[in-house]
Amino acid sequence: MDLSSVVEALAEPGPVAPAGCTSRWSVGGAVEPEARLVRAPAGIVRIQPEEMVVHCGAGTPVDELAAALAEVGQRVALPAGGTVGGALAVGRSGVCRLGHGPVRDTLLQARVVLADGTEVRAGGPTVKNVSGFDLCRLLVGSLGTLAVLGDVILRSRPLPARHGWFRAPAGADPDALRVALFRPSAVLWDGTTTWVCLEGHPDDVEREVRAHGLEEIAGPPSLPTGGRASVPPAAVAGFSAYDGRFVAEGGVGIVHLDRPWVAPLVDPVVRELNRRVKQQFDPTGRLSPGRDPLVRGAS
Amino acid sequence: MATDLLVEELRAAIGSQRVRTGAAELSLYRRDASNMSGSAHVVCLVSSTADVVACVQAAVRHGRPFTARGSGTGLAGGAVPLDDAVVIVTARMDRVLSVDAEQRIAWVEPGVLNLDLSRHTRPLGLHYAPDPSSQQSCSIGGNVATNAGGPHCLAEGVTSMHVLAVEVVLPDGAVAVLGGEDPEPAGYDLRGAFVGGEGMLGVATRIAVRLVQNPPTVTTMLLDFGEVRDGAATVSAVIADGLVPAALEMMDAPITRAVESYVHAGFPLDAAAVLIVEVDGQPAAVADGVERVRRIGLAHGARSVRVAATEAERAAIWKGRKTAFGAIARIKPNYYLHDTVVPRARLVEVLEQVYEIAGRYELIVMNVFHAGDGNLHPLLVFDKREPGIMDRVHAAGDEIVRVSVAAGGVLSGEHGIGLEKRDLMPLLFSPADLDAQARLRAAFDPHGVANPHKVLPEGSRCGDLHAGTLPEGAWI
Repeated sequence: MDLSSVVEALAEPGPVAPAGCTSRWSVGGAVEPEARLVRAPAGIVRIQPEEMVVHCGAGTPVDELAAALAEVGQRVALPAGGTVGGALAVGRSGVCRLGHGPVRDTLLQARVVLADGTEVRAGGPTVKNVSGFDLCRLLVGSLGTLAVLGDVILRSRPLPARHGWFRAPAGADPDALRVALFRPSAVLWDGTTTWVCLEGHPDDVEREVRAHGLEEIAGPPSLPTGGRASVPPAAVAGFSAYDGRFVAEGGVGIVHLDRPWVAPLVDPVVRELNRRVKQQFDPTGRLSPGRDPLVRGAS
Repeated sequence: MATDLLVEELRAAIGSQRVRTGAAELSLYRRDASNMSGSAHVVCLVSSTADVVACVQAAVRHGRPFTARGSGTGLAGGAVPLDDAVVIVTARMDRVLSVDAEQRIAWVEPGVLNLDLSRHTRPLGLHYAPDPSSQQSCSIGGNVATNAGGPHCLAEGVTSMHVLAVEVVLPDGAVAVLGGEDPEPAGYDLRGAFVGGEGMLGVATRIAVRLVQNPPTVTTMLLDFGEVRDGAATVSAVIADGLVPAALEMMDAPITRAVESYVHAGFPLDAAAVLIVEVDGQPAAVADGVERVRRIGLAHGARSVRVAATEAERAAIWKGRKTAFGAIARIKPNYYLHDTVVPRARLVEVLEQVYEIAGRYELIVMNVFHAGDGNLHPLLVFDKREPGIMDRVHAAGDEIVRVSVAAGGVLSGEHGIGLEKRDLMPLLFSPADLDAQARLRAAFDPHGVANPHKVLPEGSRCGDLHAGTLPEGAWI
């Protein structure tokens, strides 16, 4: 895709911030108001189901991409809503991370524009690639502070023949149920009720539904939106003592909360390494000033 | 002999019996499983994170680079020490530190062998998914350095997708845990950046990996084709049909014959290509998958479709695939194994070019590879005692890499760049792309002391420590 509009936007001096739909705009702190917003090109360049890859502009709405992929029986592991670039820059997975994997694993290649206006390609177009350092991983979750995403090649996967959400019988232990099921796509728990997402061959799903007494429901439960905790999955059970509403992703460690989560302090060595990465890619700090991937906890 | 202060310091720090300077050991650790060799000043057999810190700090104090090494099975020269480096061998750090069967997370030391981890967790019904063909001898630490793959990475993904956290000793001796057991650790994904860093970003000393549930049902199939083209078309058609088998491997006629005479697994001797397809998961999904593979294979010209009826039959098929490199030793004493990736749709065309290139250089070529990922492994088989043969092997290898990249592919799917393909990086990346990679390296290692002169061609950015003499055997 032609990234010249992004290159031109960066050619003018001053702070800039890549923006998609700004639906997760407060993650990592508010962008300083003087920053000019830059938008990546939108549109699907090519869907290649036989390669399980899709090439699109970072400005493409995720839902538009999902609809186009569904026509060829595939999907990408990005959460619904917002833009592709926004989903990658924020790096937060959807509730089916347990089965679909994290957002960071979807990005195969990115063409980006650096703070100094240079156009750079990270990664490569194939599903497997260890040619050079893995800059794609660094870009996912970087909140637009290292580069402006232009266009991307993402890994796609086949849609399952059967997909369903289910409520477990009252009193079910979410960890025991998760371990008993074969690779469930999600196991959610609010301290009382357990919900699961099962995907696969209809007969296999049906057998597990009967074996565990699951009841089909329309979709996942509503999630509290006040905060988002990221804890080791073994620590999820400890939220039973939480004095508000929560929904935890079992086996993953994301907990959706009704108020902001106080994240633990980051190790100083890791903090310093983050600073050095930022310094290398954006020495003047002009990209997304005010946003910091080290800051977490808000929804 | 003059006192060697560096060696003295290392002996004091980690124990004199674990610091080796004998000619035989220095010679052993000058190389990895590639055909390149460098030069080591001293070899340190470390057993703890503190040992690694001491070695890194001593090397830096004395202005010497260091090169970390696991089992030394790498094929791209990534663990070949240059400029009389301090070699840090992590093979003795081989403990599985913890296994959480419920959350399916294991912490291991870097020297744990890949297959040993899966053996360790088998009673729990779990395994570590990435399975390089060298899994009996390669270490998890080395797997992290190269972001290793393997046949089962088609469905499960490569090493990076299975590493949750890495404790690393940074090139200045500081220790940090990158990533974490929690799913969204604060800050940049330094874990992801570190995996595949080829030892140039620091030394991994503890690794948290994801374990996956063993599938309740596994079926292995062998499809036999009269034409390579038909086998490759089957690969694309299976993926396009929405099926991702656990593994989808191809062997061409020369390697199939070599393997069959070695393992007697019943591979068809007159096949132009065979596909090994493994479908795993729950019973109905597997039954459906097997039927679809059979139907697609037959529609694309498969002469026969065999489904392994017993575990012994299944094991024999995989033994054939995984011992392919042993089998070729019966044909010629030496081989050079290549590793490129091309889009699946271009497999046939690139394979035909590979045969043409090998023919032109009068070399035997055999192909056994991860077809499902488009990950080619052309194997040039030769006798290095033949005069001038290495020039032909290297020239043919260079052309194979070039045709792969020209077909929309990449330089390496799982072996890494190391020294082998360092100077081919500009085929894939512009100077600006390489500069961006050098920035990552500079953030971790501003002085270029960790395994210098690998991956990035000279001039990508400010230089690494020392001059980086090109080792003997390099063909870059």
